[in-house]
Amino acid sequence: MRGCEGATVRGHLGARVRRWSVTFRRTVAPSYRRTISCGVLALALLSGAVLVRGQAGTGPIKIGFLVPLSGPLAQNGRDILNGFLLSLEEVSQRAGGREIQVIVEDDEGIPAVGLTKARKLVESDKVHLMAGALLSSTGYALAPYIDSMKIPMVYPVVSADDLTQRKRSPWIIRTGWTGSQPNHAFGEYAYRTLKYRTVATIALDYAFGWESVGGFQRTFEAEGGRVVQKMWTPVSVHDFAPYLAQISRDVDAVYALFLGRAALQFLRQYEEYGLKARVPLIGAGTTTDEHVLPVMGDEALGVVTVLHYSAALDTPANRKFASTYRARYKKVPSYYSESMYTGGKWVIAAIEALQGRVEDRDALLAALQNAKPTDLPRGPVELDAYGNPIENVYVRRVERVNGELQNTVIDTFPRVSQFWKYNPAEYLKQPLYSRRYVPPS
Amino acid sequence: MAPRALNGWRMGIVVVLGLAFGVGPLILSTYWVGLLTQMVILAMLAMSLDLLLGYTGLPSLGHAAFFGVSAYAVAVLATGYGAGFWACFLGGIIIGTLLAAAFGLIVSHVRDVYFLMITLALGMVLWGLSYRWIPVTGGDNGISGIPNLLTHAGIPLTGGVAFYYVTLLIFAGCGMLMRLLVRSPFGLTLRGIRENEGRMKSLGFNTWLHCYLSYVISGAFASVAGVVWAYYNGFVSPTYLELTASSELFLMVTLGGPATLIGPVLGAAAIVLLKNVMSAYTARWLFVLGIVYIVAILGAPQGVWNLGTREKT
Amino acid sequence: MTYLITQTLNGLFSAALLFLIASGLTLAFGVMKIVNIAHGSFYMLGVYVAYTVVLRTQSLLLGAIVAILVVAAVGFVMQRFFLRRFGTDPLAQMMMTMGFALMFRDGALMIWGGDPFTLPYPSMLRGSFEAGDVVFPLYRLFVIVVAGLVGLGLWMVNDRTLIGARLRATVDDPEMAAATGINVAMLSGLVFAAGAGLAAFGGVMGGPILGGYAGIDFDLLPLAFVVVIIGGMGSLKGALVGSIVVGMLDNFGKALVPELSYFTLFAPMVIVLALKPTGLYGKA
Repeated sequence: MRGCEGATVRGHLGARVRRWSVTFRRTVAPSYRRTISCGVLALALLSGAVLVRGQAGTGPIKIGFLVPLSGPLAQNGRDILNGFLLSLEEVSQRAGGREIQVIVEDDEGIPAVGLTKARKLVESDKVHLMAGALLSSTGYALAPYIDSMKIPMVYPVVSADDLTQRKRSPWIIRTGWTGSQPNHAFGEYAYRTLKYRTVATIALDYAFGWESVGGFQRTFEAEGGRVVQKMWTPVSVHDFAPYLAQISRDVDAVYALFLGRAALQFLRQYEEYGLKARVPLIGAGTTTDEHVLPVMGDEALGVVTVLHYSAALDTPANRKFASTYRARYKKVPSYYSESMYTGGKWVIAAIEALQGRVEDRDALLAALQNAKPTDLPRGPVELDAYGNPIENVYVRRVERVNGELQNTVIDTFPRVSQFWKYNPAEYLKQPLYSRRYVPPS
Repeated sequence: MAPRALNGWRMGIVVVLGLAFGVGPLILSTYWVGLLTQMVILAMLAMSLDLLLGYTGLPSLGHAAFFGVSAYAVAVLATGYGAGFWACFLGGIIIGTLLAAAFGLIVSHVRDVYFLMITLALGMVLWGLSYRWIPVTGGDNGISGIPNLLTHAGIPLTGGVAFYYVTLLIFAGCGMLMRLLVRSPFGLTLRGIRENEGRMKSLGFNTWLHCYLSYVISGAFASVAGVVWAYYNGFVSPTYLELTASSELFLMVTLGGPATLIGPVLGAAAIVLLKNVMSAYTARWLFVLGIVYIVAILGAPQGVWNLGTREKT
Repeated sequence: MTYLITQTLNGLFSAALLFLIASGLTLAFGVMKIVNIAHGSFYMLGVYVAYTVVLRTQSLLLGAIVAILVVAAVGFVMQRFFLRRFGTDPLAQMMMTMGFALMFRDGALMIWGGDPFTLPYPSMLRGSFEAGDVVFPLYRLFVIVVAGLVGLGLWMVNDRTLIGARLRATVDDPEMAAATGINVAMLSGLVFAAGAGLAAFGGVMGGPILGGYAGIDFDLLPLAFVVVIIGGMGSLKGALVGSIVVGMLDNFGKALVPELSYFTLFAPMVIVLALKPTGLYGKA
């Protein structure tokens, strides 16, 4: 590292430094000089890192945003981020009289990395508020840290039931949904409206799958229906042939829970094996969500699913959101995009209510819990006492309109909570939906 | 056998590392303390692989398995059975070591690429287990709720800095033990096996036994790292056992400089730093990381610490 | 009975795809002792390149041809100019392939984005074949036949042609082969490129059913390794037998013992390795 010894300096200070550096050069051997200088430089750099800290109080409101931006989930993470950025663009990145700054970090879809990045955002970047997370595993992994740091975090996508139930985290606001929430309504719908009596289920073998199927099974069987077969596919499977060969063909319908490329593959293969023609397919909303629907073909037509959103929802607020999103990002908004768009509007509403005074975290948390943003694309939303939304649940059917596949809304269940029609205290006494769930008789 | 002469730039690296690890946490922000803690834990893991890969010449592509298994052991003991600190700490290490002892029986007669393959296979088996044995491992969600190490151990200190220094102490202890090992006659025999196993056999050494012990001992040290990792994160997840974890570990050792113990420490610190700092600047950090690996291998095929020297220690 | 037939055919389809991927991997190892961590990436690049071509030309055949050529070229460059520098150090070569795998993964994300997609079926092969109660997609039958033909072709090249003879000589003893005038450098590059091309072809073949998505590279890699490990590194016959074994085990395993779906794959691999580390047909 040259230049440590040879810099020119001016004046008294300069003379002293020059004298000192001459003495230094004379007394210390060359090889050690270099290393000592390097050590000093390193120390200086480290100290610099310490001193350069953000100033709190005035200045921009900093929001820490954590999603996967690399690896298999990168596109979903990007969609979530784009939704958020769109909501901020609509208010010119200002709220409560202050500028809003978003610091984005990539959690790679790995919980340990998510925790490290969260630490960076909270402790190093000193954000006022956290938002994001895609995977339930990351959602669970961050919860203890978020609670211990007493910083509010908005989860627009993470749908693990227990985060707003038995393992409730006081500092986490969920602006999305729980996995079982729409499926409670769907079980009833399948029995009463679709008139199905027997159903076989096939779902991804992890919590999201168990909770979706569990919710459906509970209400479907309470009505008098029967889930005669439950199949679970490991998350990394891409060829469902061995499972499709075993699905009972004697049922009224097959309920499927998949997402991403698995949804695409499953629907294709379901048709390949002649099942589409024989047994109607229903499922949870992610199976036909708009992040994969555009590349599906006729195999998706007629599939009935349930979710708290559809890009084809015909309300003024959603038409505006969908057209703006399309123009901006050249694709149909998926529920991922809408999730953090709504999340963004939620955060903005809270900041406005506080008139920009976000430094008091307790007040910020209260403002988030009480925020009532209006004109959300998915319809009216308010939080229940456990920090989870009460919102509309839409039953959709895939149709081709103007040459494009869309999730046409065919029915609406208004004001659905995570507990459906059950008393929360009673509901929470039951265990969390697992792969071995059996509804109470 | 003399270690690398600590001239010029090597001295510089030692000074920087020493300062960073020694006093860094006292002056840096809590985020950096966290990163340093990660570096120390992964450095322990990398050193354990160095025993096997660098000194014995057995390339293992499944070493993260012991790391993961001991972490899971801690998680299960702490959350499932409410076990105390020493039960969890020692239990994790013992379970990881027992696993290494069991696997060692199958792998110790194999060499080179076949050793690579069989360790990869075993690593995948354990990963599959962590994913699918849902009642025990929690599957994809993993297990969270591991108590804080300091409170669990009854140490009257709190905070990331205290945890860091406890970790550093463990690291120093393990490092010293490993150093003693590689300089002992046993360590010399391992190096002999790495260089020319046939000759060692003809000299009367039981090479199978030496390879087996090397495997078990490196598994034991990896388990120590895994236990601390579980406490650091507070949760365990199947990602600890993925092929990518083992591959990254492999790179830490080989890019840092195998058969030096300090090379892997450097490799671990460098890769943790790279991944975290780069991702703050570009979303394309994975691409850049790939390029870095390729350039590093081209420029320093024997590892950075061994740059400029021909012979191995 | 229906069930048995369908699952057997499913197993053969899996075997077909696995063979296309694994044959390249095993050849690379046989000739150059390279453990190619980027091999799944070749599959991925194949299906992505084909997708771009198909979007413009609607022709799956053209997509396949372009994909094979492009990926083979990538493989050739990778081997000839990077991996070959460490011709005597298999570990260094393996680590380089790790670096390349990361680059390919992120590169694909940059170029094509992360949304999943499937390739269209060739129009003649839509629909299913029905015999009694057995329903089996025509396209999957087609893939089984094609893979069989490819296998036959590879065997003929290996066994009956001059280049095959040179290849076998190089596998047996590279130094002697070079001494007899065989251009080992060129041959190695071509073999690696051919392996990459085969994987890409596998990607296109699997395209209508599995499609392409971010992460497919690392999803398929362990399966390819299992096949090569069981069959034996460096043996085409081993790749064939290994693919069939793995394809059948995987499908029947998922059907009969879904809880243990990973074990049915990896446990046989461990057993084979423990007893015969070089695999069923591998050379010591």
